Amino acid sequence: MIELKKVTKKFDTGKAVLTAVDQVDLSISDGEIFGIIGYSGAGKSTLIRLLNGLEKPSSGTVEINGQTITAIKGGELRKARQKVSMIFQHFNLLWSRTVKENIEFPLEIAGAAKAQRGKRVQELIELVGLTGRENAYPSELSGGQKQRVGIARALANDPEVLLCDEATSALDPETTDAILDLLVDINKRLGLTIVLITHEMHVIRKICHRVAVMEGGRVVELGDVLNVFQSPKEEITKRFVAQVTDSGDSQETIKNLRELYPTGELVKLVFVGDQTEQPILTKLIRSHSVEVNIVQGNISHTQRGAYGTLILQLKGSITEIEEALAFLRSEDVQAEVMHND
Amino acid sequence: MIDSLFPNVDWDSMWEATLETLYMTALSTVFTFVIGLALGILLFLTAPKQLWANKIVNWLTGAFVNIFRSIPFIILIILLIPFTLFLMGSIRGPNAALPALIIGSAPFYARMVLIALKEIDKGVIEAARSMGATTGTIIWKVLLPESKPALISGITVTAIALVGYTAMAGIIGAGGLGTLAFLDGFQRSREDVTLMATILILIIVFVIQFIGDLVTTKADKR
Repeated sequence: MIELKKVTKKFDTGKAVLTAVDQVDLSISDGEIFGIIGYSGAGKSTLIRLLNGLEKPSSGTVEINGQTITAIKGGELRKARQKVSMIFQHFNLLWSRTVKENIEFPLEIAGAAKAQRGKRVQELIELVGLTGRENAYPSELSGGQKQRVGIARALANDPEVLLCDEATSALDPETTDAILDLLVDINKRLGLTIVLITHEMHVIRKICHRVAVMEGGRVVELGDVLNVFQSPKEEITKRFVAQVTDSGDSQETIKNLRELYPTGELVKLVFVGDQTEQPILTKLIRSHSVEVNIVQGNISHTQRGAYGTLILQLKGSITEIEEALAFLRSEDVQAEVMHND
Repeated sequence: MIDSLFPNVDWDSMWEATLETLYMTALSTVFTFVIGLALGILLFLTAPKQLWANKIVNWLTGAFVNIFRSIPFIILIILLIPFTLFLMGSIRGPNAALPALIIGSAPFYARMVLIALKEIDKGVIEAARSMGATTGTIIWKVLLPESKPALISGITVTAIALVGYTAMAGIIGAGGLGTLAFLDGFQRSREDVTLMATILILIIVFVIQFIGDLVTTKADKR
């Protein structure tokens, strides 16, 4: 359990005082994958560093599993950091050490015996899928492999919480997915709480259970990933959601579609969770006389279920179309007619 | 043949002078390395936003380094005569040259250490902190290994400068190839002695550079 209470962090830049984190209250449960999204400068990097005491808050408290991180220092804080480990955007491996030695580093810090260290390193190398690369130097690895070393290193001392600082932002899309899969696997297998910060909604969609949206140092929106995708409230959240679901909302797209499908009505359907698994279209076609033509669609899978949009061209009389819309709404599908104005 | 080219060279004293030069260079390099490293690390860690951020210590160390780096070596030797006399009991001979050699070159090396440490990726230090490393662990297991190539190439340059300094110290009677070239060669107009001493100094410099380059390349896994 991670509890942030009224956490504020101000930086005195000499000329002005910058509030990087502003009165943030958060509560993250055990075993949760919690995402924090925001553009650069939103304060998310500072926020995540407050969780392991790399930054000290100007006011407020951070509590992790009953221990008040903001109240401890010295040896006690160093001990606590072994249970709240971190991975980084640029991996931050020691180039002077091999894969094996990099993973061994936190074990050396924790004072583990040499024989024990070797055994643990081997387990971790297998866990992250780097068998055979033990003696390679970081310069000989690809970005994805480097992040795997970073993850293995972070897991060495059996942490309770894993902090991910833009962990996939320097990776290509395919490698990003592989690393995200690994994080989900670790989360399930080890029951680890994961807190990640990112500017990519794709990352949130793919692995997070809950998400907090940050802007100007504040958490402006917070909720279950599926709900946030379904009905984003803040403008900034809508922009993030649009990153991954090009739902055809923009005037440009509507205009293009209208030109391509000049007859009938264009209707946008939004499915959430269970509905994506229901044969709603089949039912519609069987029970109604409208002609249905699928124009565009996509479904995104989140950790909490699927979310999708579908754009249909409905042809028929006005009453037929009205009836079809009424049917869709009765099935709990959001259906709206797309007008161009 | 060699005897006809270098008629005035007394090979025994030339060999002895070479050994003295090597002795002074080696010993002063070792001390310079240790003291320069300590000063460099102190400068690095006490800088703003670093682990031991401390304005006063940083300013004092910086001032010490800058002052001793700026004094021309030949003047430094003269200024340090009372100190040398107190420490070594004499101002003649290879041992008497050591204090001036070390005090003259340690600040120079400290600056190079600082540059080397500044080159280290800040993220790596942050990662070590996030794992709960103490400052001692960060120094020994992060700062030093991660800057090793630059530290080695820096000490190579310093050692070569020290060969030059020993020759200068030779002028005031420290011994070694400098003394030989100056007293036996220059002052008695025996050009062949000066030339031979120069050749030997060049060989020493080349060997140091060769070893330094070799070790630097081997240490660099980037």
